Amino acid sequence: MESALGIHRLHFAFTITYHYLFPQLTMGLAPLLVIFKSLALWKQDERYNKAARFWAKIFAINFFFGVITGVPMEFQFGTNWSKFAQYSGGVIATALAMEGVFAFFLESSFLGTFLFGERRFGQKIHWLSAFMVFLGSWISGFFIIVTDAWMQHPVGFEIGTNGTAQLSSFWALMLNEWAFWQYVHNMGGAVITGAFAMAATGAFYVLSGRQEEYGRLFLRAGVVVAAVASLAQLFPSGDRQGQLVTQYQPATLAAMEGLFNSEAGAGIVLVGQPDTDRQKLDNPIHVPGALSFLTYRHWESVVKGLNDFPRDQWPDNIALLYYSYHIMVGLGTLFILIAGTAALLLWRRKLYSSRWMLWILMLSFPFPYIANTAGWITAEVGRQPWVVYGLMRTANGFSSNVSSGNGLFTLLGFMGMYSLLSILFLLLLWRELMHGPDFLSEKG
Amino acid sequence: METLWFILVALMLTAYVVLDGFDLGVGILSPWVAKTADERRLVQSTIGPVWDGNEVWLLAAGGALFFAFPLLYASSFSGFYLPLMMVLWLLMLRGIGVEIRAHVDDPVAWTLCDFVFSLASLLLAIFFGAAIGNVVRGVPLGPDGYFFEPLWTDFRVGPHPGILDWYTVLTGVLALVALAVHGAHYLAVKTEGEIQARSRRFAALGWIALVILTFLSLVASLSIRPGILDRFRTDPWGWIIPALVAASLAVMPIYRRRGRDREAFLASTGYLVGMLGGAAFALYPYLLPASTDPSLSLTVHNAKTGAYSLRVGLIWWGLGMVLAVGYFTFLYRSFRGKVSLQEEEGY
Repeated sequence: MESALGIHRLHFAFTITYHYLFPQLTMGLAPLLVIFKSLALWKQDERYNKAARFWAKIFAINFFFGVITGVPMEFQFGTNWSKFAQYSGGVIATALAMEGVFAFFLESSFLGTFLFGERRFGQKIHWLSAFMVFLGSWISGFFIIVTDAWMQHPVGFEIGTNGTAQLSSFWALMLNEWAFWQYVHNMGGAVITGAFAMAATGAFYVLSGRQEEYGRLFLRAGVVVAAVASLAQLFPSGDRQGQLVTQYQPATLAAMEGLFNSEAGAGIVLVGQPDTDRQKLDNPIHVPGALSFLTYRHWESVVKGLNDFPRDQWPDNIALLYYSYHIMVGLGTLFILIAGTAALLLWRRKLYSSRWMLWILMLSFPFPYIANTAGWITAEVGRQPWVVYGLMRTANGFSSNVSSGNGLFTLLGFMGMYSLLSILFLLLLWRELMHGPDFLSEKG
Repeated sequence: METLWFILVALMLTAYVVLDGFDLGVGILSPWVAKTADERRLVQSTIGPVWDGNEVWLLAAGGALFFAFPLLYASSFSGFYLPLMMVLWLLMLRGIGVEIRAHVDDPVAWTLCDFVFSLASLLLAIFFGAAIGNVVRGVPLGPDGYFFEPLWTDFRVGPHPGILDWYTVLTGVLALVALAVHGAHYLAVKTEGEIQARSRRFAALGWIALVILTFLSLVASLSIRPGILDRFRTDPWGWIIPALVAASLAVMPIYRRRGRDREAFLASTGYLVGMLGGAAFALYPYLLPASTDPSLSLTVHNAKTGAYSLRVGLIWWGLGMVLAVGYFTFLYRSFRGKVSLQEEEGY
């Protein structure tokens, strides 16, 4: 990691991983906020407004941390990845600039009226503000996914006379098949984070015997949304993403699955540690034929192993790719199990008294964060050794004019800054959780 | 087409400086105009609902710059690596100052937050001024269109300057004073009583410094880049810009003495628009002049993106801006008027 390339990769990886801890909750909570505001308007029930106000505070804290850790991302294409920015700016800057004008203005303006204007403007405008904030955060996510999808599966461009990629079809870029499924999968992941956070908070209130009315409301909303989103995450969005990887990044698929040699009727590995030197898996547990079926819809199809690809096209961190993929899929399966069981108990009217389930729900909120992070690591480490798949290698994309010493200096700076941010974030969040929704009503 | 985009990007940057400029100014001034904890809270509340939206203009302008001139974005962001990273940290610290303050009920924490907020605002103003100074002065561009500037070298304006030299320090101080005056006018509009009186007093003092510094920076700019007058010879209508700066400076004290704070605020807006417009006008068609060999400079022609992108961009950009201006009008109309401690709302 002493090389400038290594430092710049770590710089981006660290700051983006930390950043995405916040937007995944805000994008996931935003639709839930709209649901609460809509219920409040529809049923004329003040409790839903109180619930919305409480979650708006949690949302606002996360939104704020998302913004201040997001600004560096917008800069780092130029600061740390200037050659990549120069090469691909003719295409991806369209998506990034559109995020600026269509999402950021929308979000920041209506967040102002959403947080500061409930009494001043009345309930209808307040509902509209909530909806616009939801829309803004989801539009923002879309343009980021369009950018990443182009790096994963470049479409709608031509190479210009100066050797850089130039947009040739706006709609091809926006309607990239890869972007569509990645977007659905990513937003599903965000909703799972939001729903599990809400259910965990509800479980905490019910278990601790305070604000139980709101605890139950949060449990209801969280569990139902989590169950639906977890299922949709497996099928169709996760399934379709897998097929796209199979089709366009076959070497990545082989590395994700830890498949070194091509196999007919390849199995899916549930457990096993890849040994890249000896090209085998230690103590593997397989489901025979499953990989062939999931990728090609035939139990006997041949799935290509890594050895069928030139070495210089192998992802450069196979073990990390393999683990992050398996962690994502394993946790995703767990979410279906937890949310499904909880939903069943809710339907049988036993959820609020099933203390064991409440404990599980309360303690499971960190796992969607881990799953989302692992999913992104799968996508981005899987893209290696390319920064733009098949077009530009990562090793050619970084800012060669910024020395590793300068890169390390700012990386350490960010690490220090983000340590401080983490402490402040936990402090603020804890205060709000301790106050709960009823505290607010006394104040205003 | 690239000329049009040059103007659009310059307009967005100007919008950022005018909007975020007053809340940076409020940050710089708050230790002087607000003495008690309540007063400081009131001063903060003048920018509470809008500072975040103002900052978005920086992001949007940065995005538009990347879009229209990818090589300029790649070259300048990596070349100005160190100061940009510091700007990011300062933006974070400033945001923390505002947000944490709103969430905790402890006088010691408030004092700390206010201090961090003011210091970060002050340093940001200087950084932004120095950044403009760097662009006007030129940077040591290589044949590949890239450069890297250390924070400082020998503080002289030569072919291999640092981020800070005597000229960019001067433009940094000028920006500090200009934004402080702009912020003082804004505070005078948004507050009453003691705070308003102090803001007006500060605006009066700041105005003197601003006139002197503006004059000095003009002389300095002419001495290090005599060529900047050429553009005014070929396009004489450009003289409107210095006229706007001079007129804005002239009317500021008149309006202030009459207590017409809104007009004074418009005058400092005119001043900022004039100064930035003047820099953009004098630079064109250069985006980033080379201090090494002028032929290596980045221009709107060699840094632009593809023609198709620029055409399509006009459509979505136009649409997006209409929407954005709509939101901002709504936001500022909603929160117009003086602030007071009683009517505070928000979570």
